[in-house]
Amino acid sequence: MGILQIQNLGKRFGGLKALDEVNLDFQEGQVHAIIGPNGAGKSTLLNCIVGRLNPDVGTVMFNGNSLLGKKPHEINQEGIARVFQTPEIFGDLTLIENTMIPAFARRDGAFKVNAWSRVDGQAEIRESSEHILEEVGLLEKRNVIANTLSRGDKRRLELAMCLVQEPKLLLLDEPTAGMSRADTNNTIELLKKIGEREITKVIIEHDMHVVFSLADRISVMAQGTVIAEDKPENIKGNPVVQEAYLGGAHL
Amino acid sequence: MTKVYSKKNDMLLMVIFTIVVLTMPIWLAPIGAGYPDLVQKFAIYGIFAIGFNILFGLTGYLSFGHAAFLGVGSYTAVWCFKLLSMNVIPAVLFGVLTSGVLAFLIGYVALRRSGIYFSILTLAFAQMCYNLAYSVLTPITNGETGLSLVKDDPRFLDGMLGVQVVEGLPSTSLFGLKMSGYPGFYFCAVLLIIAFFIALKLNRSPFGMMLKAVKSNQNRMNFTGLNTKPYTLAAFVISGMYAGLAGALLAVTDPLAGAERMQWTASGEVVLMTILGGAGTLIGPVLGAGLIKYFENIFSAFNESTLHSIFAFLPDWVEGGVVWSVSHFVGEGWHLTLGAMFMIIIIFLPGGLVEGANKIKSWVMNRNSKTSDDSGGSGAAPQTSSVE
Repeated sequence: MGILQIQNLGKRFGGLKALDEVNLDFQEGQVHAIIGPNGAGKSTLLNCIVGRLNPDVGTVMFNGNSLLGKKPHEINQEGIARVFQTPEIFGDLTLIENTMIPAFARRDGAFKVNAWSRVDGQAEIRESSEHILEEVGLLEKRNVIANTLSRGDKRRLELAMCLVQEPKLLLLDEPTAGMSRADTNNTIELLKKIGEREITKVIIEHDMHVVFSLADRISVMAQGTVIAEDKPENIKGNPVVQEAYLGGAHL
Repeated sequence: MTKVYSKKNDMLLMVIFTIVVLTMPIWLAPIGAGYPDLVQKFAIYGIFAIGFNILFGLTGYLSFGHAAFLGVGSYTAVWCFKLLSMNVIPAVLFGVLTSGVLAFLIGYVALRRSGIYFSILTLAFAQMCYNLAYSVLTPITNGETGLSLVKDDPRFLDGMLGVQVVEGLPSTSLFGLKMSGYPGFYFCAVLLIIAFFIALKLNRSPFGMMLKAVKSNQNRMNFTGLNTKPYTLAAFVISGMYAGLAGALLAVTDPLAGAERMQWTASGEVVLMTILGGAGTLIGPVLGAGLIKYFENIFSAFNESTLHSIFAFLPDWVEGGVVWSVSHFVGEGWHLTLGAMFMIIIIFLPGGLVEGANKIKSWVMNRNSKTSDDSGGSGAAPQTSSVE
């Protein structure tokens, strides 16, 4: 039994079946990639997991608890962090503030009026934030306003913000979308580096280079359902996948 | 661009602020603003703007209904003077409390929406409060005439404590010290300093950082496990309490409360003050409040005869035209001046006066660093520590 189990999940948008009887089982500690052509339902699936969308039918179980009906902040407090397609960071704040906020959220919960102490007096939070910034290679820019970063650095920062919470599950929605080849490779290296932790990762990705360098397991989606699930080396040769995804061309 | 706050700088800021506020009657005297009635207004509207800035400057929620809290603070204070005591302490406490409760109720509903919808909701609530005060709740608010003290008010607390009944209307006091003239100003000034100190503490605290995060990216906040609703509501209530304090102080210095204090123009005025000074900065709102109240006082006092005496040096035919055109910007029409000033600030200094000050500061520092190291080499760009 995996850490995250999705059973019989369905979601309709009007007449369109975005998700149709999706069954997935994510094993603890694995990197699980979900691939598929545009409109396959990958993002809808992710949004159902994090509480942005409510599925019509089916269950989403995390560590034996249902996530359905919970709000995004409650789901995050359960230990699920998410990286967005376009990095979602606190653009007006400094990098260190960006990483301290999730650290506070982890320590103090969803709401706490901590109005009488100083931010710079919180040594423990500051240390863990600096440590994580160092890990992603942004420590020197800790007092820089986040909006001034490059796209690749914003992605690093967002990853740091997720990692400082020590999540059990990390969801990555096209982490290299819109990046240059060099930035993509840097991100892959970074993801491999953080892979040394015991975090389960779910990656949605278009870039096959990224998928095959990272994934332990791959699920292929098309038209709202999972059409194949296997190890990377087997997926490459799977004729069903080639037909659905690439129109018959070879990977 | 970097931003680092240190405890030492904050202490320094606090000390300077305290000195500047307490010496206002002295250094404002040369520009004709050193008398108690006006410096009192600076302090009171400074508190109002600081509170407004906690909501607008930190969370980015633009309330267009803060006058409601100002008015409720005033009404509550006057009722305290009527029912309890002429001592200002209960009036201030209850003024803050009732406006806090009202802010909780209004905020709970209005914060379901953000952006322009939030602004419209707060405006609607404030106008409802205004109309309630103006007509529906006349027994409580005395409607159009406004609420004021009368000879036979009960003042139970004073009665119990055996405070001597004076002839005529009693005046507000702090344990016997009359709250008119300079004592009144110093009472407001001390509260302004406390209000500023609390705002500074909030700004530097983890709670304040969360409020800035709300302004920056609510989506990321939710997906970071933070519930934005109670944060915004807390900011709304705190800022409503500041407005209530300001309202109560208006009643302390002049025990009258009228519905016009809740008009939308009063809500708009605090928005202007905050933006004019610099939203999100600590000192900006106080500057903006002072500037607007000063100009209101100076320009609205001008009339044609003062203008004629000012422009008397001009030839008669020119003078007539100049006085005619300038007269539209003073007296009753001083709002035209305010509007023009506001436009100039928004266009050239969207960050308000504080941004202007920072620009001048960095310009001066740039010049200094250029002259000091002529040896060439780009060197590190001078770090401007902002006035914030």
